[in-house]
Amino acid sequence: MTTLLEVEDLTVTIGGRPVVDGVSFVVVEGGRLGVIGESGSGKTMTALAIVGLTPDGAEVTGRVRLDGEDLVGRADRSYAALRGERVAMVFQDPRTALNPVMRVGRQISEPLRLHRGTGRREAARLAVELCERVGLPDPERTARAYPHQLSGGQRQRVGIAMALACRPALLIADEPTTALDVTVQAEVMALLRELVVSDGTALLFISHDIALVSGVVDDVLVMRDGRIVERGPVATITGAPEHPYTRQLLDAARRTSYGRRS
Amino acid sequence: MSEPSESPSERSSWFGELWRSWPGRIGAALVGILVLAAVVSLVWTPYDPKQVEPRQKWLPVSWGHPFGTDGAGKDLLSQVLVGARTTLLVAVLTVVLAAVVGLTLGVLSAITPRLVGESLAYVIDVLIALPTLILALVFVAALGGSVWTVSLALGIGSGVVLARVVRAEVSRVLTQDYMITATASGSSTWRSIWRHILPNIASTVIVQLSLIAALAVLAEAALSFLGLTPVSTPSWGRMLESLQQTITVHPGALVFPGLAVVGATLGFNLLGDALRDAVDPRLRGRSATVSPVFSSVVDRVEDPAIAPVSGGGGT
Repeated sequence: MTTLLEVEDLTVTIGGRPVVDGVSFVVVEGGRLGVIGESGSGKTMTALAIVGLTPDGAEVTGRVRLDGEDLVGRADRSYAALRGERVAMVFQDPRTALNPVMRVGRQISEPLRLHRGTGRREAARLAVELCERVGLPDPERTARAYPHQLSGGQRQRVGIAMALACRPALLIADEPTTALDVTVQAEVMALLRELVVSDGTALLFISHDIALVSGVVDDVLVMRDGRIVERGPVATITGAPEHPYTRQLLDAARRTSYGRRS
Repeated sequence: MSEPSESPSERSSWFGELWRSWPGRIGAALVGILVLAAVVSLVWTPYDPKQVEPRQKWLPVSWGHPFGTDGAGKDLLSQVLVGARTTLLVAVLTVVLAAVVGLTLGVLSAITPRLVGESLAYVIDVLIALPTLILALVFVAALGGSVWTVSLALGIGSGVVLARVVRAEVSRVLTQDYMITATASGSSTWRSIWRHILPNIASTVIVQLSLIAALAVLAEAALSFLGLTPVSTPSWGRMLESLQQTITVHPGALVFPGLAVVGATLGFNLLGDALRDAVDPRLRGRSATVSPVFSSVVDRVEDPAIAPVSGGGGT
């Protein structure tokens, strides 16, 4: 297995306070890694730092290597060439993550047009294909719809289709199901898993819900206050957690998920 | 996953959307009449609008002279038709210039680094403080009166007002999640401006531009009423000025040029409101509603924040 993403001693400082503090991990090609932690643990900021989307005023140090190339401190232009092509993201809230005045088909094919120079007509055809691939009903028509005409789950499927349009090597999913209701959550998780496995896409799955993550990933990192407190294969972490914080998260998951997990 | 919650709207023409509401219909009709009058006047008018006929003076409305004649016996319909050219030209030039000035300044002041953006915003605020009509007077004094000078002044004057609205709108759009989605897909700043920012502020800008067009119609009439445009340029304002001298004797002659100004102003306002609904997919298919709060070009002096507070004690 070759290394795809290598994060080494990553630190993100905002206003003098480190929100991510010396985080290191590796994602191999096709590997699936979960990052668990409560809000404020620095998991989302870690993801944003990888794609170079930290907010203004955030200072990023350490190393992020994708395909062996260093990303931190890269010029915006060369970063933009990677985003959507090698690394793509799925965001938390599908209600706000799509442009409200652009037809979803055009949004899905936007990465293709940006990175592959796909023509308008070809892009429209591929958008319909992608709609079908992520299980959107009536793909022809859905591609012509505007985001407000779709349900939350459908919109998140659009977000996934958009992220996977260029078949990236790494998909970062930042709490992609948190804003959805539980039945839809399960469907979206199943879809995500299926697509990632069939494409051999590496996955970095970020969530506060350890139960949810355990169904999709092989390994898990547990983060707290910007640091990694525990790491290991899913079975080990859920079966025999060492750190008290991990146990706390597991208890919380058991209490709320009612045996939804195996 | 079963439901598309509403049927996605099929590809529909803008004009079709426009025609769905009454304001859209009336606005399109009024502006259509203005354009038609301007175009027709280029090739045909019932009489030569400058032909003095002393024996035909102050004729009432008739088949021969649908709008009557003035004190020199000149046909009023012909004058109104020819005047439409000037009105339309000023409105179009002003809107184009205001859009260029407003969008450029507004977008730049919102997306450039903080220091540059804020400085630009201050410059915009200072320019807004100059009343558009006074600016027009200065331009006419400095450059000589012409349709171009008037349009230049109105375009710049209303463009800076638009810039402030655009700045606020762009700042709002920049914080939206879909901008991050776009960047995460590899979209560059300029591409995001074209594909995401401008389409999302379009409805607001259209309402503002329609107000600016209406303002331009009124301002052109006012400036030529004051005699600031050359005598050779036909204008509704100039007609009103010469006719108002005899308003007590022949009030009827003022009705048609007056209605022309009102109609053009109303037309642009209604058209703008309907266009906003047609452009924004979220508003399509609804009946026209009262437009949201916007800082009107005309009413900005009456902003409650600026207006003096009246009544010290009594409640």
